[in-house]
Amino acid sequence: MMITFMNSSDSEEEACNERTSLISVESPPAASYQDGLQAPEAAETQTYRKRRTGGSCSPSDADGSNSDSGIPVRDIAVDNKEEELTLKYGAKHVIMLFVPVTLCMIVVVATIKSVRFYTEKNGQLIYTPFSEDTPSVGQRLLNSVLNTIIMISVIIVMTVFLVVLYKYRCYKFIHGWLILSSLMLLFLFTYIYLGEVLKTYNVAMDYLTLFFVIWNFGAVGMICIHWKGPLHLQQAYLIMISALMALVFIKYLPEWSAWVILGAISIYDLIAVLCPRGPLRMLVETAQERNEPIFPALIYSSAMVWTVGMAKQDAASRVLTQQTWDSGGVKLGLGDFIFYSVLVGKAAATASGDWNTTLACFVAILIGLCLTLLLLAVFKKALPALPISITFGLVFYFSTDNLVRPFMDTLASHQLYI
Amino acid sequence: MVVCMLGCLLSPASPSFFFLNSRGFFWLVSLLLSSLVWFIAVQIGGSNNASVKKNLLIFGVVFSVLLQEVFRFAYYKLLKKANKGLMTISQEETIPISVRQLSYVSGLGFGIMSGVFSLVNILTDSLGPGTVGIYGDSPQYFLSSAFMTLAIVLLHIFWGIVFFDACEKKKWWALALVILSHLLVSGLTFLNPQYEGSLVPSYIIMMLMGTWAFFTAGGSLRNLKLCLMCRDKDFLLANQRPR
Repeated sequence: MMITFMNSSDSEEEACNERTSLISVESPPAASYQDGLQAPEAAETQTYRKRRTGGSCSPSDADGSNSDSGIPVRDIAVDNKEEELTLKYGAKHVIMLFVPVTLCMIVVVATIKSVRFYTEKNGQLIYTPFSEDTPSVGQRLLNSVLNTIIMISVIIVMTVFLVVLYKYRCYKFIHGWLILSSLMLLFLFTYIYLGEVLKTYNVAMDYLTLFFVIWNFGAVGMICIHWKGPLHLQQAYLIMISALMALVFIKYLPEWSAWVILGAISIYDLIAVLCPRGPLRMLVETAQERNEPIFPALIYSSAMVWTVGMAKQDAASRVLTQQTWDSGGVKLGLGDFIFYSVLVGKAAATASGDWNTTLACFVAILIGLCLTLLLLAVFKKALPALPISITFGLVFYFSTDNLVRPFMDTLASHQLYI
Repeated sequence: MVVCMLGCLLSPASPSFFFLNSRGFFWLVSLLLSSLVWFIAVQIGGSNNASVKKNLLIFGVVFSVLLQEVFRFAYYKLLKKANKGLMTISQEETIPISVRQLSYVSGLGFGIMSGVFSLVNILTDSLGPGTVGIYGDSPQYFLSSAFMTLAIVLLHIFWGIVFFDACEKKKWWALALVILSHLLVSGLTFLNPQYEGSLVPSYIIMMLMGTWAFFTAGGSLRNLKLCLMCRDKDFLLANQRPR
């Protein structure tokens, strides 16, 4: 079991841990606004058609036909309108990310609460070799810290390897790697998951039906994620593979190690995305320089394609530029989904406060996500999505489990309401 | 169920959904702080004496109620600042969300979190095997909990509306009344195995607060009549406006 995991985790580990960053799609189109002369006015008329009436656009149209004095005014106007638009659509982006994150967490919590397989201890991953079965607290803490160090080093090595491959344009290798990891997730893990769910509900299924179902599920998933497919189907598949990966982590990471790893990985995320030589930042910047999307298997995007007509100024792609602006959404790395779900799933699995703790962690993570999106709207560059949410989540987990639970239990036993 | 109905009134795409969530967070933080205080108090005071425990519990409840109201006020201040910020940026349009809507959403967020925290564990227990009241407690435990939670959720909404309006118009007596009624409702739950003493007055207070909130939010008997007979022109026009 462990060796299989080593092979699969190689690709998944790295693949899923690359996915921790939050990118806004709006920055590239914004650059094209200030450049062209005709682009802004055409953009304005189309982009703001939902909110603006024709009245506000006509002054800029009139300006456009004038000489240079019209341009700085229009630039400032475009700036202000952009900010407004960012704030207004900021709320929309928050909702667009709330729904998938919530769905992923619901799937994980529902599975944890009903299928006992994922809460049973059945060995550990090869990346966390130290066991936590020791009697003394100090030894247990030491073991969990050592496990974390090993895990994070593996993640760092994999990330750097991926960035190096990407920089030297070894696209075939990366694609092969990603395809292998998605294959493993979509077929093997789904098979195990389905098996356990059927066992829990005592439903009999013959191998033929099983093969048919899993083959279809997996094949459609591969096509949707790596090639083309309806947006919602692709999003659904990404949510499902994130949930499956999170369940694997919840099962195979020992308790204390899991919490320390969550803390350490949010610090790593902060460093990797914000430091100038951080691997994730380099990945994002290289992708933006080359005007390529980051691999679809690593990122959840809340809206359509963004490769269409990026910075060209000719008439044909002007229309396309607006399409990207209009349907520009926010992108969230799949690693973020996974670690959010790991936190909430662990809270559901191990907290003695039952649902109160789970709900508190859930709200904390969503608020963290809101704050991160707010920062994204302000800074307009790739930001790490893990630190704020995971910090809130951890704080709320420990405090709710130890402080709020006894209080609420005492209140409930006397049937008091606050 | 009522909460679901009310929740549907806010479409998920509106920005108020975001405020709902942050409101729940504020309630959670207030609960956390009051539990911390209660926990410390229990650790300090002796934990063997039953009457001391009861007194500490009363202290915990009162402190929690007061802290919730403080956080409601803090949230009001935060929203005013955010609104001001939004208004300075968008100079032409009016504020995207009115204070009344904000107060409704804030009350709803508070109410949902409070209701969920009170009721979810009881609901999960109700699924499992067991007999209600086998040790001499009331056999109507689940039912009364459900009704009480409903009353509390609706009360939070009404309190939110009245509270924000009182802060806007600086009617401090209204503010004090809201806090007092919250303390009263929580205090009534101390009578709890005698549900006539706690449920009935709570529902009466809820109806009173409801009518007060209705009139504060600008309702009137005439409006109500027009609305019920589907003749309210403003409402009909508003629904036909393209989104």
